[in-house]
Amino acid sequence: MSISRRRFLKWAGAANLALIPGKSAIAASNRHFEGYPQGGGVLFDSTLCIGCRKCEKGCNEVNDFPAPVKPFDDLSVLDERRRTGNTAFTVVNRYKTSDGSDTTAYRKIQCNHCLEPACAAVCFVKAFNKTPTGAVEYDASVCVGCRYCMMACPFDVPTFEYNEAFNPRVQKCTLCQPRLEEGLLPGCVEICPTDALIFGERKKLLKIARNRIENHPDQYIDHIYGEHEMGGTSWLYLSGVPFKELGMKEDLGIKPALEFTSGALSAVPIVIGLWPVLLLGMYGVSKRLDKEALEEQDEAIKVSLENAAEEAAKKLETALNKADKAKKREIETAVKKALAEAESPQEGNEES
Amino acid sequence: MVDETKALRKKSLLTPVNIISGIILVAGLYATIIRFTQGLGAVTALSDYNPWGIWIWFKLVAITLAGAGYTTCAAVYVFGMKRYHSAVRPAVLIGLLGYTLFAVSLVYDLGRPYRLPYPFFVSQGTTSVLFEIGLCVAFYLIVLYLEFSPAGLEWLGFRKIRNIAVKATMALTMFGIILSTLHQSSLGALYLSAPSKLHPLWYSGYLPIYFFITSIYGGLAMVIFVFWLSERYLPDNIGHAYQEEKTGVVLGFAKAISMVLVGYFFIRIFGISTANSWHHLFSSWGVLFLIEMLVGILLPAILFAIGAREKNITLIRWTAVLTILGIIYNKFFISTYAFNWQLSPVDRYFPSGLEVILTLFMITVGVVAFRVITSLMPVFFEHKDYPSSH
Ligand code: SF4
Ligand code: SF4
Ligand code: SF4
Repeated sequence: MSISRRRFLKWAGAANLALIPGKSAIAASNRHFEGYPQGGGVLFDSTLCIGCRKCEKGCNEVNDFPAPVKPFDDLSVLDERRRTGNTAFTVVNRYKTSDGSDTTAYRKIQCNHCLEPACAAVCFVKAFNKTPTGAVEYDASVCVGCRYCMMACPFDVPTFEYNEAFNPRVQKCTLCQPRLEEGLLPGCVEICPTDALIFGERKKLLKIARNRIENHPDQYIDHIYGEHEMGGTSWLYLSGVPFKELGMKEDLGIKPALEFTSGALSAVPIVIGLWPVLLLGMYGVSKRLDKEALEEQDEAIKVSLENAAEEAAKKLETALNKADKAKKREIETAVKKALAEAESPQEGNEES
Repeated sequence: MVDETKALRKKSLLTPVNIISGIILVAGLYATIIRFTQGLGAVTALSDYNPWGIWIWFKLVAITLAGAGYTTCAAVYVFGMKRYHSAVRPAVLIGLLGYTLFAVSLVYDLGRPYRLPYPFFVSQGTTSVLFEIGLCVAFYLIVLYLEFSPAGLEWLGFRKIRNIAVKATMALTMFGIILSTLHQSSLGALYLSAPSKLHPLWYSGYLPIYFFITSIYGGLAMVIFVFWLSERYLPDNIGHAYQEEKTGVVLGFAKAISMVLVGYFFIRIFGISTANSWHHLFSSWGVLFLIEMLVGILLPAILFAIGAREKNITLIRWTAVLTILGIIYNKFFISTYAFNWQLSPVDRYFPSGLEVILTLFMITVGVVAFRVITSLMPVFFEHKDYPSSH
């Protein structure tokens, strides 16, 4: 039991993490899903982050990525506006803030491991799964590379190996799922020197976050980012400045992505059930109209056959005038044909 | 007909159009090789922020205009406008080529195209709109090929199979309409899952309905447009029945499009007011939006109505062009320009040269295929063995 205080803090409320089952992932489905009760998550406290990029380094190491061009202790990159990449599942950016006391603040970016992930909802091969540990897992063995997940992710997280000619993958933070299964902390959390990152059960993290806000209302914005955004995320954020100033979207709403499309999808059976009935009805009506037109035509033929005299021609003309223009031609040809047949009845086999 | 075809080919081999098409085809083949040997990164300007580019734009437009097939079939077989019968085959051909190009373009766009069957056979993502689209488009492609098969079979001289195929017309039409309703609208639903990314003037819960309506009038406008081009540039491929009925088709369709456009205009306004996005109108986005609404929707609605009443075929044809441009404009905003609108300018998407070339390549392939098929098969003309039967 040689857990240091720091270590203990990082494992916020971790007593029952051992209960986290391994791989029994469930797929996204159309029903409402509240998230796994004991699912884990990470709380990032921006007021504690010093922008040291250690988490980037930790992530790089646990994922066996190649060393970056600029080493992790080069803090000049903080001035760039960076995003996640194929070999950088997390990046830290520095933001200028409007708040008087402190002129800069930091934010760590990585997959937020949404409770009801947009990426999972839109993938047409179910490559993404929300697992009971809290991690949103990606399975490259079924991915087709359509990149709809990237379109849908409200946080612009997943990246794509555009330069792979044959087997490009989508890439994103794994929440260190393999390490969690071994009972280890995520690489970034473990290495963080200031407890700006703590790992634990999401429910407990929310309590901790609430306590911090309550105890230091002057230091924190009264909002836990990720508690409800897009249906809630496993990665939670505290900040001393408005989240917008940390480049975070404030217009996301609390509905998970799935709910935006489920309406359209539930219309499918309605269309399949209703359309044939309507169409057949319409077809029936037009058939009837056709029949009437046909009768009109027959009438005209009969008249012209009965009397070859002028009188008949006159009648025919009135009948033709009655019919609209398009039908006129039809009738005329039909009459001609019928007359021709009448003249040579033995030839009357007119298979078309 | 065969002699005429030969004559046409001899006559037109070195026209400017042919030369330009040839250059595009060669450049497109070159880009194709790079795409499939070096990956998407080598030919596209796509990025992690912008995973879908102008190829998706092309696909949306292609499918919308390929609505020509199901709308014309519906008009003739379901709504009983038998007098437009000669329009069916060319319209189905437009549909068939549109969907085929969609599928081909998809092969370019997918990271692992060889896994295209995965969503059906390996792992079904049933919550995905894309899954539904894939399923419907796959089935509808089959329907289109069956619908068009009589033309091919007449050309090949397979009388018996051809007669069976003709008998299936009504069933295929019904099936085609249902499938089209589903996937045309679902293409709009694709964008529903990213409400924060698409500009509010184009994002709407009604996107599926918008897309469906667009495919109705877009398909009909495409028929008018393609028929016009065919009469002008492919006169040798056109037969008697078509010549007699074409005016009726143009006038009838113009009337129909005009009515649909008016309805669409009001539904779009309704969408803005339910989402309460009025304030966005007073920005530069608002101007771009109003251009679409007024020039791309309302103006054609009026011009079609005038054209139909005054029987002004030329006006109707130019209005069809305007309508199609309006659709291209709309899809441009939804698929690229108004998407990621909040992103800082440096992260926005601008297509690469090869992306543009491959898009032109797809269009050229479609045009060439249309020319060849209409010259060989009884599309605009009637096969001498099957007069007035298709
Ligand atoms: S942040 Fe994006 S990639 Fe991560 S789980 Fe949520 S939707 Fe998926
Ligand atoms: S790119 Fe792969 S993981 Fe993403 S939606 Fe497409 S198939 Fe699914
Ligand atoms: S959880 Fe793991 S993969 Fe994700 S950012 Fe941290 S170290 Fe990287």
